[in-house]
Amino acid sequence: MTSDWQPSASLDIIWQRAEYYKTIRRFMEERDIMEVQTPIFSNSGNTDPNLSSFNTHFHSPNDKNPITFYLNTSPEFAMKRLLAAGSGSIYQICKVFRDHEAGIHHQPEFTMLEWYRLGYDHHQLMDELSELLSIFGYHSVERMLYSDVFESCTGLHPHLADTNTLFEQAKYYGLETNTVDRGLLLDFIFTQSIAPALSGDKAVILFDFPACQASLARIRNDNYPVAERFELFIDGVEIANGFHELCDAKEQMSRFEEDNRKRKIKGQNEMPIDKHLVNSLEHGLPECAGIAVGLDRLFMKMKGCNSIEEVVTFSYLNC
Amino acid sequence: MATYNTNEFRSGLKLMIDGDPCSIIENEFVKPGKGQAFNRVRLRNLKTGRVLEKTYKSGDSVEGADVIDITLQYLYTDGDMWHFMDNKSYEQHMADKNAINDAAQWIKGEEECEVTLWNGTPLSVAAPNFVILKITQTDPGVRGDTATGGTKPATLETGTVVKVPLFVEEGELIRVDTRTGEYMSRAKE
Repeated sequence: MTSDWQPSASLDIIWQRAEYYKTIRRFMEERDIMEVQTPIFSNSGNTDPNLSSFNTHFHSPNDKNPITFYLNTSPEFAMKRLLAAGSGSIYQICKVFRDHEAGIHHQPEFTMLEWYRLGYDHHQLMDELSELLSIFGYHSVERMLYSDVFESCTGLHPHLADTNTLFEQAKYYGLETNTVDRGLLLDFIFTQSIAPALSGDKAVILFDFPACQASLARIRNDNYPVAERFELFIDGVEIANGFHELCDAKEQMSRFEEDNRKRKIKGQNEMPIDKHLVNSLEHGLPECAGIAVGLDRLFMKMKGCNSIEEVVTFSYLNC
Repeated sequence: MATYNTNEFRSGLKLMIDGDPCSIIENEFVKPGKGQAFNRVRLRNLKTGRVLEKTYKSGDSVEGADVIDITLQYLYTDGDMWHFMDNKSYEQHMADKNAINDAAQWIKGEEECEVTLWNGTPLSVAAPNFVILKITQTDPGVRGDTATGGTKPATLETGTVVKVPLFVEEGELIRVDTRTGEYMSRAKE
């Protein structure tokens, strides 16, 4: 008899997780943030060219043509529709799914804590994230501008350096590709030079990202455009990602279309755009900030585990 | 030669990097935030033995290296080259000084060696883990000294010098671990 029926995580960690969930729910309740559940799958997918959705087919008893559904890569779109409908601040702990991702920090199915705060900007949400982290033992979370950290590690300004300079820098760090996609070059330099500089047990938040990495964050124009986005790192690993949320329906629609253009160029399938989300923004998404926390990774770092497998009941390899 | 997509990367896979054959030691999937995914790969250059790190955009392809490991029988050396034969095909291969490297000091002929071939040419040779060789010169031992653990140098028939216990004598056969260069035991023909 083999032992691969056994859980990936130890029973102690499974028990600890249950305690952490209680702590999170208490934290949310104290702040009047309502717990919600949204569907795991959806008619529309995530257009982001760096994310791949799983899909499946529904065979309706009333229709001979099966309908394609996409498993959520994040509950963001549905939760924003709730916000637009007047739910007030909400949170959710749910499973999300991403194809093509596996490794010591990745499982194709993982657990996300996502919450939205009405009337908050990204700085207020960083404050609240820091409060939650202090309950989990990460006190005095340091906050730094993305551009400051990038500049101190590489000598380059991520918002102002021209793409060719970034390309040369990426090549210097060993990138084996001829791309000149600005977002990719920044990501690459980040993994080679900045993430290692963030290692250690401390939690660090970087904020105000390059505009080309805005995703669903709003873009602010100072002397140059910056995305009002932040990320939490523990030991050089990205744990959470937050936005001062984009509320402009037109801008949202054009970002989706731009994503699909990029997908086409890269030879990926274009994804059906979430028209419900765009319509809800049209109706009016209240000013808000939102954040997604990868709970498996957070627990992994808190418990000093080397692999994400050690904190999930069953990894994708024996589920 | 075939190319390999990053999703086929695994340890032991042989790739051509900057014109040299390399073997993957470790392959890590990295993905910063919501951004592009990369494969960070540690490789050993099979020519120089040096370890290097490369990072590829996930989905990229890299040329494979025509590298295989086979067992060949060592025949003889002419001083410049070491000659081997494939006992199945009777095909002969010649390894140069770089390829034979440390293995040269342990082989005298007829040994079965693991040879790594790149485009059909030996890239490296591993001597058998254990070899039996004759001692051609060593000082006489001290009578009765079998347990104190003292050692003395002994020259083997390949010219290599190893440390042996004091009781081992000239003309005897010994078994040596080629990975550590250590004497294991006395041996019979």
